[in-house]
Amino acid sequence: MKTRSLALLSVLGLVVIVGGLLLPQWMSYLFTIAMGKGLVVLGLVLLMRAGLVSFGQGLYYCVGAYVAGMLTQFADVTDILVIMLASVAVSVAIAAIIGLLLCRYREIFFAMFSMAFSMILYGLLVRNQFLGSTDGFNVANPSLLGWTPGAEASSDLVLVVAVILVITLGTVAWRYLKSLSGYAGEAVRENEIRLEYLGGSVFRVVYVKYIIAAALAAIGGTITALVSGHVDPEMAYWTTSGEFVFIALMGGTAHVAAPLVAAVLFEALRTYAFAVAPYTWQMILGFALLAIIIFMPSGLWSLVERFQNKKAGKTS
Amino acid sequence: MSALLKTVNLERTFGAVTAATDINVELNSGEVVGVIGSNGAGKTTFINMVTGYIQPSGGDILVRGQSIIGKSPRDVSLAGVGRSFQVPQLFQELTVLENMLIAFGFSVDRKLSFLKPLRSKEKVEKARAVLREYEIEQYAEEVVSTLPQGVRKLLDIAMAMLAEPGLMLLDEPTSGVAIEDKFLLMDTVMAAVRKSDAATMFVEHDMEVVLRYADRVLAFYDGRVLADGPTQTVLSDPKVQELVVGHHLDLGENESNTSKEPDHART
Repeated sequence: MKTRSLALLSVLGLVVIVGGLLLPQWMSYLFTIAMGKGLVVLGLVLLMRAGLVSFGQGLYYCVGAYVAGMLTQFADVTDILVIMLASVAVSVAIAAIIGLLLCRYREIFFAMFSMAFSMILYGLLVRNQFLGSTDGFNVANPSLLGWTPGAEASSDLVLVVAVILVITLGTVAWRYLKSLSGYAGEAVRENEIRLEYLGGSVFRVVYVKYIIAAALAAIGGTITALVSGHVDPEMAYWTTSGEFVFIALMGGTAHVAAPLVAAVLFEALRTYAFAVAPYTWQMILGFALLAIIIFMPSGLWSLVERFQNKKAGKTS
Repeated sequence: MSALLKTVNLERTFGAVTAATDINVELNSGEVVGVIGSNGAGKTTFINMVTGYIQPSGGDILVRGQSIIGKSPRDVSLAGVGRSFQVPQLFQELTVLENMLIAFGFSVDRKLSFLKPLRSKEKVEKARAVLREYEIEQYAEEVVSTLPQGVRKLLDIAMAMLAEPGLMLLDEPTSGVAIEDKFLLMDTVMAAVRKSDAATMFVEHDMEVVLRYADRVLAFYDGRVLADGPTQTVLSDPKVQELVVGHHLDLGENESNTSKEPDHART
């Protein structure tokens, strides 16, 4: 990557971090949650670019969150980096096993199977008294390399780590999408037979993407658990996975920044809808999604593309 | 030395229907074979079996002496068998250049890189050189779904040829292509094919094309090989003319066609 791009990204990160820390606490909380969800949706978008819609990313989101919770509560491990690594490792291990079956399916079968696995976890957690059943349990405040911030500063720590992760992983994902492996997803979506006859393994392409998506979802879940200080089985419920699909459709799949921007807008829209209409806020979200599908079928990012095309048209 | 391709009593049934039976064919490097037959004669079934797209109900297929029965299209491709399709199989919503770059990545580099850009200067230059060879470089930045059939056919073949297969199977390379472009397309393809030592089999309905480009002809009828031999011999066989071609072929009149000179060069 060019030095100029790196410098720009660093400045952007710094601005977002400082901006986030200056926000009122409820807003910085929502922003951190949005960063977490944005990462989950980023993984989902990688799958969608390969023509696969997962209605089960809640599985890895929940696994990441529960690993974080269990480590802080039952193993006294609070270091945010160790927690992140453990969450990713557990999620990747689960995805590596489930993916062997799931990555052989396409379209509605992939969507339903992925949801089924997520609901199995939901069922297991709801019946587990040790993990708090439907209530879940609290997550202790995180630390970083031996430094334990106070209760209020711990959410700032999670925010800073979340922003750094979003920028780093977003950049890696951007480069990934420009590589052969990234394009291979589109090749799978367009024509699996041609890819096989070129000597490519369609299964391998999909499997790798599934595992990457699981890792990103686990990081998103960990961020959510650490900033909210609580985990519960709802994180694996199908409506949570549906929310990720909602955000993905809202942003579109054209750019890695789309799911991140859409996640922030989604959290803002939901908060606003809830404040305006506490009993019918879902209706507002429904209308918003309807409007996006009708007027911007390629998601909000298509606005950016339209602007870029217009600009290019003017300069040429 | 074992033949490049050898099929032994190859058979394929679909329920009660026998699509191909008792097919025994041998093919060696450098041969160019035209496969002819009316619709439903078993030509495409034969090509599909040899490329692993469908599995035979009986018999064996040997590529360089190794059986490929039970192997996936990918494994067959890695064994050195390439193919193009009657309906070009491409990545429709990507550009011609992107299609070629993906083909390069999987067929030539064979490494699923994660962070190296696909559109590196070096790779783009190589891909463009291939497109130039097939005379479709001017379409490099066009989205495939917007292109005419002839260009798509050429791209399909160019992508399949990248891996330098020992055996190349072309399923109706000129179907859907305008009459005036057929020979141009075949000239381009055959020039690329003859550069390598690949054996080539092409399914074709146009006898002019067969006469001009094939050294040998396999005539299919009712799921069987009716005749197999030098082009002139097979096409002058009255049985082939009656059952496969459907009319009398005056090969004397077409003799100039066998000179293998491009149509546009002769006019």
